[in-house]
Amino acid sequence: MLRYAGRRLFSLAVSLWVASLVIFLALEIVPGDPAAYMLGINAQEDTLAALREELGLNGSPMERYLAWIGGMFQGDFGTSYTYRTPVSEMIADRLWVSLPLALFALALSTLIAFPAGILAARNRGSVVDVAIMGGTQLGVAIPNFWFAMLMVLVFAINLRWFSAGGFPGWSEGIGPALKALTLPAIALALPQASILARVMRSALLDTLGEDYIRTARAKGLTQGQALRRHALRNALIPVLTIIGLQFSFLLAGAIIIENVFYLPGLGRLVFQAISARDLIVVESVVMLLVFAVIMVNFAVDIAYAWVDPRLRGRR
Amino acid sequence: MKASLWIGALISALVTGAALLSFLWVPHDIEALDIANKIKPPSGAHLLGTDHFGRDILSMLMVGARTSIAVAIVAVVIGMGFGVPLGLAAAARQGGWMDEVIMRGNDLIFAFPSLLIAIMITAVFGAGAVNAIIAIGIFNIPVFARLSRGAALSLWTRDYVLAARVAGKGRLRISAEHILPNLANLLIVQGTIQFSLGILAEAALSYVGLGAQPPVPSWGRMLADSQTMISFAPHMALFPGLAILLTVLGLNLMGDGLRDWLDPRLARDAR
Amino acid sequence: MSLLEIENLRLGIGAVEILNDVSLAVTAGEILGVIGESGSGKSMTALSVMQLLPRGAGCSGRITLNGHDVLAMREAEMCGLRGQEVGMVFQEPMTALNPLQTIGDQVAETILIHEDASRAEAMERAHEVLRRVDLPPGRVAPSRYPHELSGGQRQRVCIAMAIALRPRLLIADEPTTALDVTTQAEVLRLLKRLVAEDGMGLLLISHDLGVVADMADKIAIMQHGRVVETGRFSDLRDPYSLALMEASDHKPDRAGHAGETPVLSVREVVRDYPTPRQGWLGKPGLFRAVDHISFDIQRGENLGLVGESGCGKSTLARAILGLEEVQAGAITLDGQPVFDGHQANRAVRRRMQVVFQDPYGSFNPRWTVGRSVAEPFHLLDDPPKGAAREAAVVEALENVGLSGKDRQKYIHEFSGGQRQRIALARALIIRPDLIILDEAVSALDVQVRARMLDLLADLSDRLSLTYLFISHDLSVVRNVTDRVLVMQGGKIVEEGETEAVFVAPRHPYTRQLIEAAPRLPKTA
Repeated sequence: MLRYAGRRLFSLAVSLWVASLVIFLALEIVPGDPAAYMLGINAQEDTLAALREELGLNGSPMERYLAWIGGMFQGDFGTSYTYRTPVSEMIADRLWVSLPLALFALALSTLIAFPAGILAARNRGSVVDVAIMGGTQLGVAIPNFWFAMLMVLVFAINLRWFSAGGFPGWSEGIGPALKALTLPAIALALPQASILARVMRSALLDTLGEDYIRTARAKGLTQGQALRRHALRNALIPVLTIIGLQFSFLLAGAIIIENVFYLPGLGRLVFQAISARDLIVVESVVMLLVFAVIMVNFAVDIAYAWVDPRLRGRR
Repeated sequence: MKASLWIGALISALVTGAALLSFLWVPHDIEALDIANKIKPPSGAHLLGTDHFGRDILSMLMVGARTSIAVAIVAVVIGMGFGVPLGLAAAARQGGWMDEVIMRGNDLIFAFPSLLIAIMITAVFGAGAVNAIIAIGIFNIPVFARLSRGAALSLWTRDYVLAARVAGKGRLRISAEHILPNLANLLIVQGTIQFSLGILAEAALSYVGLGAQPPVPSWGRMLADSQTMISFAPHMALFPGLAILLTVLGLNLMGDGLRDWLDPRLARDAR
Repeated sequence: MSLLEIENLRLGIGAVEILNDVSLAVTAGEILGVIGESGSGKSMTALSVMQLLPRGAGCSGRITLNGHDVLAMREAEMCGLRGQEVGMVFQEPMTALNPLQTIGDQVAETILIHEDASRAEAMERAHEVLRRVDLPPGRVAPSRYPHELSGGQRQRVCIAMAIALRPRLLIADEPTTALDVTTQAEVLRLLKRLVAEDGMGLLLISHDLGVVADMADKIAIMQHGRVVETGRFSDLRDPYSLALMEASDHKPDRAGHAGETPVLSVREVVRDYPTPRQGWLGKPGLFRAVDHISFDIQRGENLGLVGESGCGKSTLARAILGLEEVQAGAITLDGQPVFDGHQANRAVRRRMQVVFQDPYGSFNPRWTVGRSVAEPFHLLDDPPKGAAREAAVVEALENVGLSGKDRQKYIHEFSGGQRQRIALARALIIRPDLIILDEAVSALDVQVRARMLDLLADLSDRLSLTYLFISHDLSVVRNVTDRVLVMQGGKIVEEGETEAVFVAPRHPYTRQLIEAAPRLPKTA
């Protein structure tokens, strides 16, 4: 188990390192002189020099990369050129919107998908199954930001149950904050729940066809007992994979959904940064999101070993 | 489940047909602004109404379908073109250094959702439909690489591959003659799925301004434009969304139908 | 009053009739062997008793189990019966256990489902049951997971689960088919002991008459969903039963015999595989699959190579075929090395071909039979083209008793036996000197197997072929080979004239193998 975790930890570190290289190359080396890029073509040479100095762009690429990485280890993401504030502070504020939103959506999608998938698998071929599968077919096909717009139209504009957008901040208490995140989280969760329910159903049907289910039935377990005691845990292995993948989609989706609801999250930040050509902010946000995705996949790998004893003994 | 195949194929054909038709004919010219008739709900003259510039929404949708379909198809071609050979190469020497490098590379790309790739490209080069193609295409690569590697690995254990090796054939030749043809069905099904995901992703990217730029019409852009007017002009938001939903639904139904139609036979033959 | 009485059982899945008028009876303490070729309906009969039939199956007739009218029982009542009054063991021990649960838990589950016992009590009783099936907790900890056990041990766990509550009837569906002969003998002995101890009835299903013959009190022979006849082994009279008996011990006629010149010569061959490294910096270990093996095959000879799974016989075959490079030693065909430098020697490889075990996996499903059969032409520098190629394919197919027209068909249109013939045609097409038969008849039903053996004998006479016959099945090896090698742990432990080795084995392992091999009792 420890050896397995250690190996995963090692590949986690390698992934993070290579990812940081890719991001650094794409956003600091490809544009040529980032300072010139940020200021536009009409910039004066002395303003350029000042900006380079300010952003620490004067060293060799190697030095800059090391400085960037070293800074991140200490929580220093550099200074935003447009806002003149430390990027880490800006990100920290926004993260408190985006991350809870993604987690909220993940929880919702899992809560919807598990019962739906299990119900459909247990009643394969029945009306229930057809209804659930039809519903997920729609859920997978619906663009989540459009669904969000429709919800705004119905629940905010017409019914006035929710506000159409904005975020009160966590200082106003958890209730109002969660309420502001509810519609966005539902919009995010719906397509993911549909995918997850389909995966859950087919994974369960696969495991229900396995020999050990027949063995269990021969021991006297009912169909339901065999499903609960044997099929579910085995089906969890493919389901975990999808949950891990989903988290990256949820983070990316959160960035888009924030636009619909005018939420002050990472999405708003990054789009403002793009239009302001603030590469430092873009770089930091992208690195942070990639970091989150890689960490979640690491967690999924560890969860595999928890579920599957065959992995624990392996290197 | 033959029905889902036919319904899906019919919807996909309709959408593609509308996109192709738009090259020859659209109900109203979408470049002519008609401010007098702006934001009109559906009527006899404008079946799906008009937008805030008075442009005919049906015509916009037909032209927009071109963008969606083109972006999604090219992205699938990129994904397959790079992903399948990489997957086959990795499987041909399982556990070798190439396998390791390819699979680790795949993991890495998986950590960059297409939105992040699009953000990086746009931050450096500016927005455009090509960004969307590249971003979605890059994301498709590991999808196809993993799929073909996984399936190829199980095919490599078949005795007919061993028989081909006994007949003196090399790994490249075996990959081409024995592995690839037996992956074809799987790739067709996955291609359909990635196509529909591509439509969704393109819509999302152009919605946030990272995809096709005005004046090129695109479904996502139309939704973005409609957002501020949704309370008094819901038709502007309704129809582009429905177009996306219907197209993706059609492709998914077709993919599911193809899977049911192609896979059991493959499974039975290849056992 | 019988423990189990099946009367006029009919079973259909959709419109397909699977069982037609099956009647069988088992009394307490009795072993009933049910024998049949694949598709005879023997497994479906067993699943009918358990009422664990596939979806869409419907049965009629009457099944009485220990006084219960099984077909009239509701599913909930059946659940109370399964595991409690009737237990079942299946064929494939590798997949029959839940990989995520310890074996102790899985055995205890049988008890927990049926009785109001605490977990600790159930676990304690599970340990007791595991001891009964020769898996004492001291040696094989119940906290182990299935993947940590061998095939034979897993099958014992399956048996433990089935007999935990001392059911009145045990159904065993091909319980030893996936196991090696020595393990098979142990598991059969275990089953026999349990029947005697508990006075349980045993319904033992097998495709192998030899497995059942000296163990069962009565034997039922099934064919096409019907029971052909039931009786003691020595009383079996039906022509089909007799044909099965003949086929399972078939000795083909072969005129030719071994010459004096060696075709293939294997000298001190070693094949190592790296094992996973220990830790990140540790060195990978080595597993020696083939350990200094030497032998010759004479022209025209049928040489047998027997051994249990994992003994290295398939690795050796791959090395001979030039598919894998060996670490030491030399393999030569007529004096020419199979491996030349680090390249397989094409001039040698075109003189050897192979037939594999699995008739279903041996052909690319997307290729026509003709294209598959012609594939070895790739080894020739100047392969025949056009009409000459077609003619060669036709000849090869006709040589194995198929029609030349079959070359345009796809492989799924053929039965298992026909596929093995096609595989043989593919091996014959470049007129090799040596054909390696790697378990080539092991997956076939006995009658099909007998005809295949006749064909092989006939071909070796007509085309003066040399065979290396690799098999785990000793009775087949005894009937078809001139000389035999016995392999264990990568080494050849005994070699000699086949008959001499079988009559007077010298090495203890050979003795053990021969003793364990199922045999038909000699009937009058």
